Amino acid sequence: MNSDMEYASRSRTSAGFAAWFMNKLFMGMSVSDYSRSLVTPFNLLAAAILATSLPIFITRYSKGLASVLDATNEYPWGLLLSWGIFAGEPLFAAGFVVAAGYYLFGMKTYRPLVRLAVLGGMLGYAFAASYLLIDLGRPWRIYYPMLINFGPASVLFIVAWHVGLYVTVQLMEFSPAILEWLGSKRLHKWAVSVTVGLIIGGVILSTVHQSALGAMYLITPGKLHPLWYSSYLPLLFFSSAIYAAMSFAILLAYAAERYFRDRCDKVFLSSVPDVTLSLGKGAAVALYVYFALKVLALAQDDRWSLLFTPFGYWYLVELIGFVALPTVLFTVGVKTAKVGLMRLAALWAVLGIVLNRVNVNLIAFNWKQPEHFERIIPSSGEVIMIAAMVTLHILVFRWILNRFPVMRELPEYKGLH
Amino acid sequence: MYKRNNKPPDDNAAPKATKESPKNSGGLSRRKFLSASLLAGCAALGVAKQAGAGNEFKGWPKSYGMLTDFTACVGCRGCEEACNKANGMPQPEKSFDDESVFKEDRWPSAAALTVVNRFEDPKDPSRPVYRKIQCNHCLEPACASACPIHAYTKTPEGAVIYDADLCFGCRYCVIACPFNIPGYDYASAFEPKIVKCIMCYGKIKKGELPACADACPAGAITFGKREDLLKLARQKIMDNPEKYIDHIYGEREVGGTSWLYISGVPFEQLGFPTDLPKKPLVELTEGYLSSVPVIFTTFPAIFGLVYGAMKHRDKAEQKEKDHDHHTEGKQ
Repeated sequence: MNSDMEYASRSRTSAGFAAWFMNKLFMGMSVSDYSRSLVTPFNLLAAAILATSLPIFITRYSKGLASVLDATNEYPWGLLLSWGIFAGEPLFAAGFVVAAGYYLFGMKTYRPLVRLAVLGGMLGYAFAASYLLIDLGRPWRIYYPMLINFGPASVLFIVAWHVGLYVTVQLMEFSPAILEWLGSKRLHKWAVSVTVGLIIGGVILSTVHQSALGAMYLITPGKLHPLWYSSYLPLLFFSSAIYAAMSFAILLAYAAERYFRDRCDKVFLSSVPDVTLSLGKGAAVALYVYFALKVLALAQDDRWSLLFTPFGYWYLVELIGFVALPTVLFTVGVKTAKVGLMRLAALWAVLGIVLNRVNVNLIAFNWKQPEHFERIIPSSGEVIMIAAMVTLHILVFRWILNRFPVMRELPEYKGLH
Repeated sequence: MYKRNNKPPDDNAAPKATKESPKNSGGLSRRKFLSASLLAGCAALGVAKQAGAGNEFKGWPKSYGMLTDFTACVGCRGCEEACNKANGMPQPEKSFDDESVFKEDRWPSAAALTVVNRFEDPKDPSRPVYRKIQCNHCLEPACASACPIHAYTKTPEGAVIYDADLCFGCRYCVIACPFNIPGYDYASAFEPKIVKCIMCYGKIKKGELPACADACPAGAITFGKREDLLKLARQKIMDNPEKYIDHIYGEREVGGTSWLYISGVPFEQLGFPTDLPKKPLVELTEGYLSSVPVIFTTFPAIFGLVYGAMKHRDKAEQKEKDHDHHTEGKQ
């Protein structure tokens, strides 16, 4: 990796460029060594999942949505969107939360984690868009709300624009890492200089679209169960995205430390415990706020009596088991300064977010329909497509972490960002 | 970004469009949007927010509607057949005189824009009640405000129509519809689209009756000006208080619908949602939408300030350090 500059200068000849590029691609290994390094149990499992999903994806695009999904008038959106977009995006707020902490709020100790969090966010958003490309009836028209016709009274219009712009902003935020990989110093300098503006832009776009995901359900008072329906929905979605992001960042740092140790420099590795504790403290505060807002939402609409119904018990499982419990875990983690406990709390909080979004999207949505619970069970095709997307997500993430300077600083760029 | 493609409603048919712009025929008009942003700005500054109160949209005046009288419906499904023909839909598996369909709980879909279901009357089990259901053509449709591409239009005639050439298939309109009406033809790979009743908009424009109203042999479906239909419905209920329950469904539900219903059994028993707000659903999202420009205006200043404050502190600390070094050096 230290010979980057050498390769960059040699890249003037086309043969030199090809050699330089292959070296980048195969991480300095020969093609046969590289291929051999790919045969691992995880990769075989990944290959099996992807191979199983391939015919399902082909069917979806050649025969239409009905061939793989059980969507109806009552349940137009299934687990694919609940998981892929509504549960995913709060986690992918990690990029904006960590970047805002470091660049705007002066939390200097977050620095080694910034790139990893921004990458986690950016890639997550790209995958969220991919889930949409599966679920949209005519995915080739995905740009229509941007270019063809505008529906500004639609909250989904707000989501579409903000997610679209935010992916662009994130790509620009991450661009220094790409430019370092390619060895372009001049562009790198320019990319670093616009960072603070981009971070503020990212904060705005994230705030709006995270809350907008909740605001999308403001129009469904007759369909979403009154325990989950609230005029606080935008606020609830936004505030939960904050602790979801912090928890996801904790888990990312853990995964990097554990599975990509040789791609991390000493600065990164030594910062992980402190950053984990600091993020955990933030997540605890955010969870207290979220818990209070959830209770206030019940009080505001006087929904207390509904707690003593079957849906109410389920609501309490979410509120006590997946909001209050991680709050306690984080709090004990702060008091005892235990990194492992913080990680457990983070995992629990992430599960809670997924549960909440699936509740709003699927379990508590159109709950009065006859045979509601039978009808929200996802089709096998849907589950396999989700498994394939998760697998692909991990593979792409790994591909990038193995190559780009994410958890380490290249010596020639030290102190430049 | 918020520029709206202002499609003027084609109003060479009877009801004359007034200057009052619909608050929501799919999108906020530009003027309405600007005033909403301004209003949000005022609200943020703590200024009284009555300025926009006069802009309330009360529905297109003189628009048409339909009145279905469930006490008159005999369940012949002639309306279903006429609808199928008028819209050029494929022939269903079971013919229109096959009564076995009444065993299923059917709902409008991509294959049928309207369906008739049979219900038991708890007061008189010998005489079943038939319910015809289709798009209710809300005065301020949630589907239209939900569409991110503004493919829906609430026409001055009353029909809610849509442009399939714009639809990209997100189905948020299906999520938003309080009646679960818009169907999507999930089975189509390359040209899937939203499918729902458009009140035979083409026929209305030509001065003809919608196909179902034209076909009904029992006089259960009446087409006319919505305000006249409301009077007719009230008259019917007043003349036969023992026959009808005292409720015109659609008069006020979600701000009113162009399709109205009267019935001898409570609407709840016929599968109609009865817990819906009396105001248009779009109003529930307006507050949120108008806060978006406020975020764009205030956040750069707030976070710019935070960043500036951090820089300022760093600089001051650095200066102090330098100063200390300096004085230490002198000693």
